[in-house]
Amino acid sequence: MALAAELWSVAAYFALVVVAIATVRSKSNSSIVYSGTFAIGMFALSVASFALADGGRTGASIVLPLGLPWVGAHFQMDALTSFFLIIVNLGGAIASLFALGYGVHEKAPHRVVPFYPAFLAAMNLVPLAADAFTFLVSWEFMSLASWALVLAHHREADNARAAYVYLVMASFGTLALLLAFGVLAGADGGYSFDAIRANANLTPTMAATVLLLVLVGAGSKAGLVPLHVWLPLAHPAAPSHVSALMSGVMTKVAVYAFIRIIFDLVDSPEWWWAVVVLCLAGATTVLGVLYALMEHDLKRLLAYHTVENIGIIFIGLGLALAFRANGIAWASALALTAALFHVLNHSLFKSLLFFGAGAVLTATGERDMEHLGGLIHRMPQTAFAFLVGCAAISALPPFNGFVSEWMTFQAILLSPQLPQWGLRLIVPAVGALLALSAALAAACFVKAFGVSFLGRPRSAEAEHAKEVDAFSRVTMFVFAGLCLAAGVLPGLAIDALAPVVQDLIGARMPQQTSIDWLSIVPIAESRSSYNGLLVFIFITLSASSAAYAIHLFASNKVRRAPPWDCGFPDARPATQYGAGSFAQPIRRVYGTLVFRAREHVSMPPPGDMRAARIDVELRDLIWDTLYAPIAGLVGFAADRLNVLQFLTIRRYLSLVFILLVTLLLVLAIWP
Amino acid sequence: MALIRDLAVQGMQMLVVLLLAPLLTGFVRKAKARLLRRQGPPLIQPYRDLIRLMRKEAVLAFNASWLFRAVPYLVFAATWVAAALVPTFATGLLFSWSADLIAIVALLGSARFFLALAGMDVGTSFGGIGSSREAMIASLAEPAMIMIIFVLALIAGSTQLSAIAEFMLSLQVGLRVSLGLALIALIMVAIAENARIPIDNPATHLELTMVHEAMVLEYSGRHLALIELAASLKLLLYISLIGCVFAPWGLAPVEGDWSSYAIGGLAYLAKLAIGGAALAFFETSIAKMRVFRVPAFLGAALMLGLLGTLLRFVSESF
Repeated sequence: MALAAELWSVAAYFALVVVAIATVRSKSNSSIVYSGTFAIGMFALSVASFALADGGRTGASIVLPLGLPWVGAHFQMDALTSFFLIIVNLGGAIASLFALGYGVHEKAPHRVVPFYPAFLAAMNLVPLAADAFTFLVSWEFMSLASWALVLAHHREADNARAAYVYLVMASFGTLALLLAFGVLAGADGGYSFDAIRANANLTPTMAATVLLLVLVGAGSKAGLVPLHVWLPLAHPAAPSHVSALMSGVMTKVAVYAFIRIIFDLVDSPEWWWAVVVLCLAGATTVLGVLYALMEHDLKRLLAYHTVENIGIIFIGLGLALAFRANGIAWASALALTAALFHVLNHSLFKSLLFFGAGAVLTATGERDMEHLGGLIHRMPQTAFAFLVGCAAISALPPFNGFVSEWMTFQAILLSPQLPQWGLRLIVPAVGALLALSAALAAACFVKAFGVSFLGRPRSAEAEHAKEVDAFSRVTMFVFAGLCLAAGVLPGLAIDALAPVVQDLIGARMPQQTSIDWLSIVPIAESRSSYNGLLVFIFITLSASSAAYAIHLFASNKVRRAPPWDCGFPDARPATQYGAGSFAQPIRRVYGTLVFRAREHVSMPPPGDMRAARIDVELRDLIWDTLYAPIAGLVGFAADRLNVLQFLTIRRYLSLVFILLVTLLLVLAIWP
Repeated sequence: MALIRDLAVQGMQMLVVLLLAPLLTGFVRKAKARLLRRQGPPLIQPYRDLIRLMRKEAVLAFNASWLFRAVPYLVFAATWVAAALVPTFATGLLFSWSADLIAIVALLGSARFFLALAGMDVGTSFGGIGSSREAMIASLAEPAMIMIIFVLALIAGSTQLSAIAEFMLSLQVGLRVSLGLALIALIMVAIAENARIPIDNPATHLELTMVHEAMVLEYSGRHLALIELAASLKLLLYISLIGCVFAPWGLAPVEGDWSSYAIGGLAYLAKLAIGGAALAFFETSIAKMRVFRVPAFLGAALMLGLLGTLLRFVSESF
């Protein structure tokens, strides 16, 4: 039932594509399509939620006569699929609601509206697919639809390059996944997931090859360092509701691909797999947040932050692999639950933050934080919702980001039980990196909120900004409320995740909702427990009692005056701390190593009235050392092969002939 | 009955930390003054300051937003809740299971997050300098603190502070290398977190090197009183934390009688006095660092914490 309903909603998305193309000249084109995607998204969301609440035991599979004639298209829905469909459709539905307000400002709606339902349909299809062919087609379709959306504003500087890099990386990732499925299916070619699971002759070497290929394929889509380069280019280039979907949801579909293949289809992990995953994940978290800190474009900052959060999710997955390889199922369940919970949390607050960035973009036309400032006065509601998102992503209690990071820490604290030395040495280091990234994330969002929303306006646009439309505000408040709810009542989310974890690991975390006071207790109460609800109530009570006491006993008078600033207030907004200056101490501490950061100060001699200048030089070492050589090599090869373009027909024919002979020879010699 | 007593102990704890915090600050100031051969202000001077500030009108900058006015309450609330969860004179606090040590550190992180935002609200250069440096210091102090928690949790088998304190009271602890490393790192972090010399100078009000004071420069009246009180609470919290983990003697047990609470209270006062005196002595005997020496200081704390954790991962006996 649920599966059929989900497939029908995918069909409805595709029907909306047709509607969007048919009504492209109509004025109400975008509102028709966005209300349609909202309705379908809510429907698919409720179906998936009921399926997950039902324990995800829909079990049924459907084979449609599409695709390859002798394979067909297999679809299946289990708890994992239901969970990721919730993520996709929650994000999709609310983003559509946001777009109802935001899309009005779109200058070229015909470049966005038709691709939007197609993108949503593809993201729904990937978790539903139950054979390699359908999976890959949906995956590639998802990449191409989002690529078209990235190119929506193709005349803006850098967007074409962003889309190009994205296309190359996406094709590369799909190629890796294709090869991974090839290895998984083996020579006999059973491409349905059931056949792959039943395929017993997967040698350890082949399984390891699959792991590496999936890390490249899913990792490049998710944004694992060093495959993240496209992400901060492409995510911000799209319209903001699409950015929210790409960052909040599409990266999660990539996480789904990793979990599906590694935890479900392969499911014979060795301990060193966890070392590979943990090393990549640890590097991803810290580098992601450091890149974000150096950024002064609000949307790019958020995109880099996605990289960090993907790292946190993969830390959880790596720990789950480590425990699973050693047969410690309950610890593996904790780590996997933490990762999946962070998937949910990140989709909530990252969408919220991208909506906020979109609202700022609508109100001011600016993404550069150095031109913003003081928006809390002009856009108080947006500012409040954005602040909630900032607190949640910085892992501050009582919001949701803290709970999933706390659970990841608890999983790390279980790892002395692991027998292998490699893991025992790598896990504490990863814990330190996680702690470092959490602290840096807080710094990053103090900067993001403080520079954009606080202080004095740095441009005329920021000074005359207006609060955005009701749709945008409502959607931001919905996500802000969900961030608080998931942080205050994490037990509900953990219990809802239990069937997913049970299916994959064969164990689950203890039932949380039956615990007194709705605390969460990952292992045993004597070990650790956390109660978001009580913390929230305590903070509210003590803040309000302090306010009440002050109201009763202290002076209530307020006088407005010029700022004090140690006696030297300067009216020029340029004297405030900006994005670059805020990050300067952190740049000096970490950036000299990670980015080869250099500062050049040119101070004019005394008597010279020119302004002094400071120039900061940052280098992206990953781009310089990994991508630039590859790009150079490709360019070199292209130059060399260019001669092949100008041959005569005789030579082309002889080339074809030589190739044919070579192939025949190979076939003849092949044993 | 037991519930009523537990509630009473928890309530007492909240009141005790709130009432003792300014006294501790006054004590440290007095001790520092005596070490410098000055008379120093009386012990109760911080209370007087708070009352005086409360009575004054609050002066706000023209462009201060609602966040600027809300932050003192948030900072105070988060710090107070965190301080109320650290066992002072008795373990087995009623709500100790609602937040473990990681959550306590995160609560302090929330307080800092909002205070740093408040520093940027008016848009002055001093506010920004304070916020950005605080962010840099926190980016090293917080992970160091998490590493210390790892060490403690791996030794005691729990991140609950009550459970750690009970474990430390039992005889199975003994002297451990990792504990020693954690103690040194914790002291370093505590100095940085409380903006004490050599990281920051709590007595300064007009210096280019100030961090915490620069953030709160625009505050006045009742708002400033709340922030000062929160700062005192934080100092008390860290001394209580060091006391309850590394010197848990005298802590009243879960089902204690009244005499054990009395002993616990006296022991706690003694611990505060020793901690405050040691802090005063340390502060008078060292010079303040340049801002960019701070990462080296805190990096050392982080490395000590990491080393302690690694030792625990390598062998149970460290």
